[in-house]
Amino acid sequence: MTSETGPSLGGRAARQAGEWVPALVVFVLVIAAWQGAITAFSIKQFLLPAPGDIVRSCWTDRHSLWPAGWYTFKEALGGFAIGSALGVLGATVIGRFRSLGSALMPVFIAANAVPIIAFAPIANVWFNPLSPHSKMAIAAVLCFLPVLVNTLRGLQSASPRQIELMRSYAASEIEIWRRVRVPTALPFLFTALKVASVLSMIGAVVGEYFGGSFNALGVLIRSDAQILNFERAWAGILVASVLGVALYAAVVLAERLVVRWSPERRVS
Amino acid sequence: MVLAALVGLWELYRWVWTSAGWTWPFRVDDTSMPHVWRIAKAFAEPAQVNQPALITVLLHKTLFTAKEAAAGFGLGAVVGFALGVVLVHSRLLQRGFLPYIVGSQTIPILAIAPMVVVWVNPKLPGSLQGWGAVAVIAAYLTFFPVAINTLRGLQSADPRALELMRTYAASRWTVLWKLRVPSSLPYVFSALRLAATASVVGAIIGELPSGIQSGLGGAILNFNQYYSLEPQELWATNVVAAALGIVFFVIVVAAEKIVVRRAPENVA
Amino acid sequence: MSEAAVPAVVRIEKVTKTFAQGNVTALQDIDLELAPGEFVSLIGPSGCGKSTLLRVIGDLVEPTSGTVTVNGKSARQARNDGDYGIVFQDAVLFEWRTVAKNIALPLEMLGWDRARRRQRVEEMLDLVELSAFANHHPWQLSGGMQQRVAIARALAFEPALLLMDEPFGALDEMTRERLNLELLSIWEKAGSTVVFVTHSISEAVFLSTRVVVMSPRPGRIAGVVEIDLPYPRTVETREEPRFFELVTEVRELLRKRGEHLLPEEEQLLEDAS
Repeated sequence: MTSETGPSLGGRAARQAGEWVPALVVFVLVIAAWQGAITAFSIKQFLLPAPGDIVRSCWTDRHSLWPAGWYTFKEALGGFAIGSALGVLGATVIGRFRSLGSALMPVFIAANAVPIIAFAPIANVWFNPLSPHSKMAIAAVLCFLPVLVNTLRGLQSASPRQIELMRSYAASEIEIWRRVRVPTALPFLFTALKVASVLSMIGAVVGEYFGGSFNALGVLIRSDAQILNFERAWAGILVASVLGVALYAAVVLAERLVVRWSPERRVS
Repeated sequence: MVLAALVGLWELYRWVWTSAGWTWPFRVDDTSMPHVWRIAKAFAEPAQVNQPALITVLLHKTLFTAKEAAAGFGLGAVVGFALGVVLVHSRLLQRGFLPYIVGSQTIPILAIAPMVVVWVNPKLPGSLQGWGAVAVIAAYLTFFPVAINTLRGLQSADPRALELMRTYAASRWTVLWKLRVPSSLPYVFSALRLAATASVVGAIIGELPSGIQSGLGGAILNFNQYYSLEPQELWATNVVAAALGIVFFVIVVAAEKIVVRRAPENVA
Repeated sequence: MSEAAVPAVVRIEKVTKTFAQGNVTALQDIDLELAPGEFVSLIGPSGCGKSTLLRVIGDLVEPTSGTVTVNGKSARQARNDGDYGIVFQDAVLFEWRTVAKNIALPLEMLGWDRARRRQRVEEMLDLVELSAFANHHPWQLSGGMQQRVAIARALAFEPALLLMDEPFGALDEMTRERLNLELLSIWEKAGSTVVFVTHSISEAVFLSTRVVVMSPRPGRIAGVVEIDLPYPRTVETREEPRFFELVTEVRELLRKRGEHLLPEEEQLLEDAS
């Protein structure tokens, strides 16, 4: 008899906290070693600023950094939303026709091997480099393929038995879609969305590198690095990472809320 | 055939949008979407006076970028694999480092590229000057999928097979090479496929801020500035970059076919 | 038996099914009739088409020729009217639904309102003794419990006909025997007609009013054994001499057909070699 209702809530929270202790220890050690090495070997500022200085720069330059980060974040978010939506839409259409899917799969695989980031300057030309739309476009293109391919794979991996069961209820194709295929595809979709969340931020920053409005993070980091203001450049990177992690975390949270049925299988 | 379809779609889109006068999502003209034959012709013509044909120039640049990407791929694959092997033997290290390995990928690589160049370059011997730093950036993008999938693959060994090995009193080392590594190969190769593309992306991105002119990234930056005059040259460069990505991918797939002589599994 | 008097729940006439791939004749000239309230097992070696026959009754597979009538209607019409429930070898639960919601699935499809659904689900959970697990997800249940949920789901809308495709095939012997008893008591309470596909001779004899023995290549009926053991059957039923006689009878039928090949089968074997 299985009656695993899980440990008490307090016990679970404690165990989860315990899982993060080693990560925290590593974090503290690395920061300490970093700060220590800089004072001990008097490493030059432009090579590697001290973590304290970077954090300080995050604060002192907050009026330029955070608005820039927000601006870039909005570009990434827009691209993420557009690209993912198109990917899901594409998978839905292709999923309706099995032969179309198998015919197009090699094309998608080849397209996935293309360094799409190289097309960032062209997106700038198409959508005006100063407008956020050009960055959204490149972020969207980056997100589109992984979402499309994974969603398609998810839709196609619905259990034949579950479909047969639905047939025995005389269910229509739409009902089979809604009650079997979509739930099956959801975990696949979220895996892709996690990848896409990271890609969209990278796409936005790289897009800005080829020209963008002055209050954008990518432009800011680039010009700071050029004028050897490395503290602020690093602070900008920190901001970009924090926002990237935030978007990623938001997707993970959404996944936990939506895909609540599966046993919590931590991916490694 | 796929190529022909792409060319057809390109020209059809051009024709429909220009003749209907649509400007959404962007204005279609000879600058934003040059005719395919103009791009093709650009290969045969010199980009600048007194220079060989563009195709010759691009080929040299491609080889240069391929060298960076291949070095980065090799470095990243070795580091990633080693990391996976170390982490599989210690839950503690896994908990300590895995969050940062995942987090490292949210850092927009382009942003830290200039810093990496500043760090790495002075420490490199003359023959590696410049491109060595780019290879490190490519490796940074490569190691992540390899590390994660190696770990997952090494963990995927059948628990009963592990028990069997214990009945032989096999050492950790023997278990690793006779059981864990073979069972991880499908996972590792699926990571290497991703890494092949990632290394090309890394090499191209890495060239941008490091001011290296001899690779494709430099060419993209360069032709980007003359885009309004000679759009076909940037397009031609991007076509070559796309081809390079696909070639890297195909090489890894071929290597996989030779090494893993069993049914290919779809491991993400 | 007075089958002619009562209308048959299932009437199978001259059903043949050939699969285009490999040119396999899964079923050939099958004739079978099921009276209301019967418990009929289909037994035979793998490849004899017993699962295909079950699917033909459920209109999940279309016969190449012949007709299937369920409740006096075409099999298609019967499926559209929700005349039968089905249980597979694996429970085929929807992992994203709780136990209660899995059982409610066919009721949702039939458009029952929420209150009615909840009441029926409670009754069914009671019947299969899983009331405490209503809000669990399938992965939290053992294999036997999952299969009970599947049975509850199949019976939820009180179908006149229950199709079961090796429902206990993946379970251990102890669980299987317990579920056999449970199934019989459910069947007696519900009064539905059951078609039960199995590999196990003793299971078939223990459960059924009739055992239909099938032979492979091409799938056809080798013989029918009437099981005259009285209901309710209990643990002791398995120890009665009559039980062993019937088991032997079924086994003989299965074996005889294995040893003596029909002329066309010999022909096939020659062709193959």
